[in-house]
Amino acid sequence: MSATNYATIENHPILGRLTLEAIPLHEPILIFTFIGVILGGIALVGALTYFKLWGPLWRNWITSIDHKKIGIMYMILGLIMFLRGFADALMMRGQQAIAFGDNMGYLPPHHYDQVFTAHGVIMIFFFAMPIVTGLMNYIVPLQIGARDVSFPFLNNFSFWMTASGAALIMVSLFIGEFAKTGWLAYPPLSGIMQSPDPGVDYYIWALQIAGVGTLLSGVNLIVTIVKMRAPGMTLMRMPIFTWTALCTNILIVAAFPILTAVLAMLSLDRYLGTAFFTSDLGGSAMLYVNLIWIWGHPEVYILVLPVFGIFSEVVATFCRKRLFGYSSMVYATAVITILSYIVWLHHFFTMGAGASVNSFFGISTMIISIPTGAKLFNWLFTMYHGRIRFELPMVWTVGFMVTFVIGGMTGVMLAVPAPDFLLHNSLFLIAHFHNVIIGGVVFGAFAAINYWFPKAFGFKLDYKWGMASFWFWFVGFWTAFTPLYVLGFMGVTRRMSHFDDPSLQIWFQIAAVGGLLVAAGIACFFIQIAVSFLKRKELADVTGDPWDGRTLEWSTLSPPPDYNFAFTPVVHDTDAWHDMKKNGYQRPTTGFLAVHMPKNTGAGFILAAISALVGFALIWHMWALAIIGFVGLIAAAIIHTFNYDRDYHIPAEEVVATENERTRLLASHV
Amino acid sequence: MFNLLAMPRLKQSIFLGLISAFLLSGCNWVLISPSGDIAKQQSDIMLISVWLMLIVIVPVIVLTLLFAWKYRASNTEATYRPEWHHSTILELVIWSVPLIIIIALGAITWVSTHKLDPYRPLERISEGRDVPMDVKPLVVEAVAMDWKWLFIYPEQGIALVNEVAAPVDRPIEFRITSTTMMNSLFIPALAGQIYAMPAMQTKLNAVINKEGDYEGFSGNYSGAGFSHMRFRFHGLSDAQFAEWVEKNRKEGGELTREAYLKLEQPSEREPVQRFAKVDANLFEAVLNRCVESNRMCVKDMVAIDRKGGMGETGTHNLASNATIGRKLGLDLSSQKTYVGTLCAPEIQAEAKSKVL
Amino acid sequence: MSNTHTANAAGIRTSESFYLKEEHHPANGTMLGFWLYLMSDCLLFAMLFAAYGVLGRNYAAGPSGADLFDLKLVAINTAFLLLSSITYGFAMLAMYKKQLGKTLFWLGITGIFGLAFLALEIYEFYHLIHEGAGPQRSAFLTSFFALVGTHGLHVSFGIIWLVTLMFQLKKHGLTYENKRRVNCLSLFWHFLDVVWIGVFTFVYLMGTLV
Repeated sequence: MSATNYATIENHPILGRLTLEAIPLHEPILIFTFIGVILGGIALVGALTYFKLWGPLWRNWITSIDHKKIGIMYMILGLIMFLRGFADALMMRGQQAIAFGDNMGYLPPHHYDQVFTAHGVIMIFFFAMPIVTGLMNYIVPLQIGARDVSFPFLNNFSFWMTASGAALIMVSLFIGEFAKTGWLAYPPLSGIMQSPDPGVDYYIWALQIAGVGTLLSGVNLIVTIVKMRAPGMTLMRMPIFTWTALCTNILIVAAFPILTAVLAMLSLDRYLGTAFFTSDLGGSAMLYVNLIWIWGHPEVYILVLPVFGIFSEVVATFCRKRLFGYSSMVYATAVITILSYIVWLHHFFTMGAGASVNSFFGISTMIISIPTGAKLFNWLFTMYHGRIRFELPMVWTVGFMVTFVIGGMTGVMLAVPAPDFLLHNSLFLIAHFHNVIIGGVVFGAFAAINYWFPKAFGFKLDYKWGMASFWFWFVGFWTAFTPLYVLGFMGVTRRMSHFDDPSLQIWFQIAAVGGLLVAAGIACFFIQIAVSFLKRKELADVTGDPWDGRTLEWSTLSPPPDYNFAFTPVVHDTDAWHDMKKNGYQRPTTGFLAVHMPKNTGAGFILAAISALVGFALIWHMWALAIIGFVGLIAAAIIHTFNYDRDYHIPAEEVVATENERTRLLASHV
Repeated sequence: MFNLLAMPRLKQSIFLGLISAFLLSGCNWVLISPSGDIAKQQSDIMLISVWLMLIVIVPVIVLTLLFAWKYRASNTEATYRPEWHHSTILELVIWSVPLIIIIALGAITWVSTHKLDPYRPLERISEGRDVPMDVKPLVVEAVAMDWKWLFIYPEQGIALVNEVAAPVDRPIEFRITSTTMMNSLFIPALAGQIYAMPAMQTKLNAVINKEGDYEGFSGNYSGAGFSHMRFRFHGLSDAQFAEWVEKNRKEGGELTREAYLKLEQPSEREPVQRFAKVDANLFEAVLNRCVESNRMCVKDMVAIDRKGGMGETGTHNLASNATIGRKLGLDLSSQKTYVGTLCAPEIQAEAKSKVL
Repeated sequence: MSNTHTANAAGIRTSESFYLKEEHHPANGTMLGFWLYLMSDCLLFAMLFAAYGVLGRNYAAGPSGADLFDLKLVAINTAFLLLSSITYGFAMLAMYKKQLGKTLFWLGITGIFGLAFLALEIYEFYHLIHEGAGPQRSAFLTSFFALVGTHGLHVSFGIIWLVTLMFQLKKHGLTYENKRRVNCLSLFWHFLDVVWIGVFTFVYLMGTLV
């Protein structure tokens, strides 16, 4: 049980309600993790100091406004948080596999409830979102022939805000505790009466800070796509990934303010004792549930649309064939974007809305399966009459197609209100959304990483370890989640830390084995990266176009120079790079000009760091620090606006040197 | 493409066979073979939707694997058309087939959602057996508490914690509310779930068709004691039910308002408790959040608000559960402020003038 | 599409048609970006309006808008804000005429109106809280304070921005960047006006007159 009773604690003038008791010394799992993190941190700091890397780290990465570096940093953040989220998943699988009858397992509810909440929050906000945002950041400017995004400084700021949110969640592991409310923190449970501890406050401020980053990144990418496309690239000549990125970012801009608003209301209820969601003075918890799902459902498509884009690129490239039904793909994406706003109520058919309301939302949900189905058929007919190379990205794509359709089917089952009354909140539901999120987003992320890694780092990823990773993942996924489908049919509900019925245990044990298989898949992935790094000479890509690609990112060097393209490409057709190659494009080797570029700045990092500090102060009710931090935040922002010296030119000689090196590489390759 | 569709028909039937075997093996899966008519119908709709969707799902999976194999790069015999990217007929098929299926499923959805609306009184006991004219549903009032269930039988005047029973083939009408958290009343064998929320009443109409001892629980996570918020639901013959009611009347104590306020305090893994007598308006008071004697009922508050509130005189009409809590020896960290009853004379006069 | 970018007469594309020899200058996206941000802000207000729409009649047997609102005061306040929009317009006109002094003058007047608006709002809030009708009293008051308070917070930030911008104009003059900033703040300021009209109608007028 929690050592501190936060409902009655006195507020210290400086430390707020933070006391030594907030450090969970009584939880061995956390203490060992903490020691591990401290040792790892010391090793990292030591290595950075020893190799004198602090300067380069600050100059080349932390302050970088290069969309490519920011993209990579997003991916690294996503992968680190993925390990944390996956550790939570394994802990849940372990607990549920043993906690039967007299055996209470190794996680008391107090801890278990934090674990499943953290798992959901981290996987959605701090794994899937950074991965997707990172990919869009890296790829979109390259695909549209641009030098960077529209607002490079904002891009850096957005990343650090996301990272600050993630940092707050990690801090909650060792100082205080995280929310025990489930990943959407429904009131009344998340209200101050029922959850007086700082867990929900960690949740609120981590998401609010990261949400600012997400929103600004959404604005940034929309403007980039609308304004910065290469000449000739009309909307209907944009690569599909760029299309899906555009729709996703529109969804972000139109959905995240809702989350911001609803979390702000929840924090008012918690901090000031207002009555939005408490029923005693006329508030309504149902308002929260509606509002959060009006954000929450589009969020699902924010994650999955870019992944559909990735698969579209991969399928066309590895089938060596133009994508089947480009325009129907675009329309399907647009239809999904719009429909995703009118289905939110299907998350709570059981709240007692009338039959007509439930039917409306059920049917509108099913309608989404039509454009989604069309997309699947389009990929299928891109394969038809193609020449399919089973490189790693394509393997993940086929794995996705067969997995995702099942997830789609179980999704439609849940969309029909009558059966949903049975399946709602059951493990069937858990299996369903992991089926679409792992089968879709995670498989897509792996396809994307294997596909674009050579572009970002100049060498391909190792095939053998990649295949091992895929098969462990694929088999592991089905081993872990088929039992959950079955348990759902047995009427087993979610978020249980203990069970009475021993006949269920075997299914949870199978699921735990599946979890271990997935763990092996993850291990293989990291080994794959290490092995590829060691074999980087052998796997090197000097052409910039290792897969015989079709879109503009493959027309430049791997990794691309800071300025992306020495000459801005001109587009005549969809699959611009394929079109260029087909029509005998010769890479120009003379006539290079100086390139106008934005300058690096530390402002984004500083602002985000202060935001995290203010968030921490608010979580612990350190009012003085919060006020000082907030004033500092505004002051820092104002100071930043006085900086008018924000760009510079890469001199022509430097461009010439880079491009001559590429000429040499290309010549040596042939 | 069409000859391709025709080819894997054999594979299709094998696949369908496997699926049905998988589903049949689940005879002991409560959602596939429930014991209550409502759950049965919900389950049937679920299976129909599966079959409808398999019309698309199976070909997609089969074709994916087939194309992946047939058009592999090493198979240079296969047709290769790098620029082929459009076919109006195919586009028509891939948009219209799912559309037709969704239209069918949409129609089923509309009808079944209305027919199986949990608020709707039952029309039949089971397939082919209508509810007899003279049978009134058994009313059970359910209160989700932290973390246990209270069931009140107004007709029988009894109440229980964590146990509920109903005679076979008699319609049951659950009236559901909650004390603090959002929970969900779920007896999988009987019928689908519905949320239990404070200050609100939800309803569930259902019927059990087979005698037996079934599991019930909360289907919506509600905090620390959630995992053990379980109860048994007994489907009994009429005679057994009468006996069961009698047993309650003999063994149980009395559920007064004070006893209720004590019971309301959070507790976990509560054993079954029986009450032979219940305060007649207890559920009404719980629902309206005015079990405490100094507290205004929600329905009165709503009535006053409809008339435009109680003006500035009402501003300070707040009370708290501190005194009551102290008297009953309750944990004071759960102290709360709420709107007080109308006892001050000037407020009463004001309220009367507004309401009347 | 200009001819230089398209295929030559024979329909065969030359290698040269695939890239620009000169530097490419895509259109500046700041105004579009800022407008997108404003739309997201608009959604934030939409949520607060929605909350007010749902909870705005739940007085918890306490006071209602008709009991509490001083319509005269709010009308004066509305006038301040509307006037500040007009004076901002004058600042824009002066900026177009490249008159730095006049631009600064009108921006200053705008700021004063903004401050007056805030002062009255703070007075109103203080008065309500003093009477016991604070945001904790009922869901109606909660949603009222949240909606009006969020608008007031926006106006406060607008004023901080305005002052900052005036210093920057003084320091660097009417440069390209500064003009863009004045334009952005203009959008922001008028946007707040539009939101206020919604608040005034939906909360104050409908709350007292209906």
